[in-house]
Amino acid sequence: MELKHVDNDAEPCCAGSSGEGSCGPRPLTGLPMASGPVEDDEPCCGPPPGPPSSPHERPGYQLCGFVRGFRDTPMGPVPLVRTRLNPADRLATIGARLNIGRNDYRVAPGLYGVGSPDPDSPVLVTANYKLSFDTLRRELDDVNAWILVLDTRGINVWCAAGKGTLSTAEVIARVKSVGLERIVRHRRLILPQLGATGIAAHKLKKGCGFEAVWGPVQARDIKKFLNNGLKADPAMRQVTFTLAERLLLVPVEISLVLKPSLWVLLAVLILSGIGHGLFSVAAVWQRGPIAAAAYLSGIVAGAVAVPALLPWLPGRAFYIKGLMTGLTGGALVVFFNWSGIRGLEAAALILLAMAASSYTAMNFTGATPYTSPTGVEKEMRQGIPVQILALFVAAAAWVGSRFIA
Amino acid sequence: MESLRYLPGVTTLQFNEDACVGCGMCTKVCPHGVFAMEGRKARLRDRDGCMECGACATNCAVGAISVTPGVGCASYIIQTWLKGREKAECTCC
Repeated sequence: MELKHVDNDAEPCCAGSSGEGSCGPRPLTGLPMASGPVEDDEPCCGPPPGPPSSPHERPGYQLCGFVRGFRDTPMGPVPLVRTRLNPADRLATIGARLNIGRNDYRVAPGLYGVGSPDPDSPVLVTANYKLSFDTLRRELDDVNAWILVLDTRGINVWCAAGKGTLSTAEVIARVKSVGLERIVRHRRLILPQLGATGIAAHKLKKGCGFEAVWGPVQARDIKKFLNNGLKADPAMRQVTFTLAERLLLVPVEISLVLKPSLWVLLAVLILSGIGHGLFSVAAVWQRGPIAAAAYLSGIVAGAVAVPALLPWLPGRAFYIKGLMTGLTGGALVVFFNWSGIRGLEAAALILLAMAASSYTAMNFTGATPYTSPTGVEKEMRQGIPVQILALFVAAAAWVGSRFIA
Repeated sequence: MESLRYLPGVTTLQFNEDACVGCGMCTKVCPHGVFAMEGRKARLRDRDGCMECGACATNCAVGAISVTPGVGCASYIIQTWLKGREKAECTCC
């Protein structure tokens, strides 16, 4: 980026100081001591100052770390962005994956550029969820292109298309607001394929004069798509759900069950204390941890084992897959605590793990790219009664085992 | 994605082949290859592969496709049961 030289004030940073202070008369780092007026570019003391502020900064506005410069266009300067993520980007990405700050992780909508875009460069459209924006720009090494960022309220392309924030109207409004027709000579937008749920390609041309070309599902295929003359191979049009893609979703799944789990654990501890003497704190200490372990094994079985083993678990309904992993998780807890529990208690623990796992697994449907709402509703009508029954029988068996004894 | 299949026979997807003008847009936007071109018409190749995202219906200029689109998300559906469709939020995405 070309930065204009900004004159420093002619005033030295430590005018008037004397003696042995941090910027006294002693020459620093071998520099000759300033005699007479202090030269503009020479620090009088301490480390040299950083570069001057960018001429593009405005009071109240700060340049984002991913902006590396600006491109002048008939509509004013357009920020050019880096195609490599910096440590701050990476840290925030990890945060978003852990569901920290994920709901407000966004970039300003509008036009950006990568490489040296010119009026003939392609225009790639994306969402203003920072993870979507980063995923796209990191694939654009050595590419000259414009990036039109829509205001999807910080939601990723597919979810935003489903929720209606990524829409035909938003594309039309954004194209007009950035004055795209004055920046590029062609009349073509490359849209992310998963945005098709919210964008009607045939309505775009009428609305803003730009024709829609459906790009690939994955940003990683965008370079190949551009080099192929804007043609996508059939494989580029299909969603995938590989082990790595599934495991990436696990932290968010776990973060979503954390809060309700605290209430469940509290209930589990209370139930553990009920007995002949109405309630016993000693019983809570004795029985609570194992019941909590059974519940947590169910959560791990539903939120980790089901996503990891998804294609290999029998059945298509997620609640059934969850019942199976929960059975295994609960059985493991019973196995490792066998000396301290009786048959009825063992049944209670296994049922608790199964109910927790089944419910958690059923909730994973929302994160997958292949479940349909009609199907999910159907499986919930079957699954929820099973889960409630398992939970009820588990609670009755867990409390009842103390009375039977 | 053929290795991961969801419940069969549930989709609300309907395709009127007579109305199809063969633009091929449905084959481009469907992320599960539900449609395929056969001559000058689209064909419903894999109905049970449909996840009801609605991309095909939204992008069919002649209205040959209909589907009730939505989010296949259990927590969202529970919220629609409890709070009604207007107040429900999908927390997964």
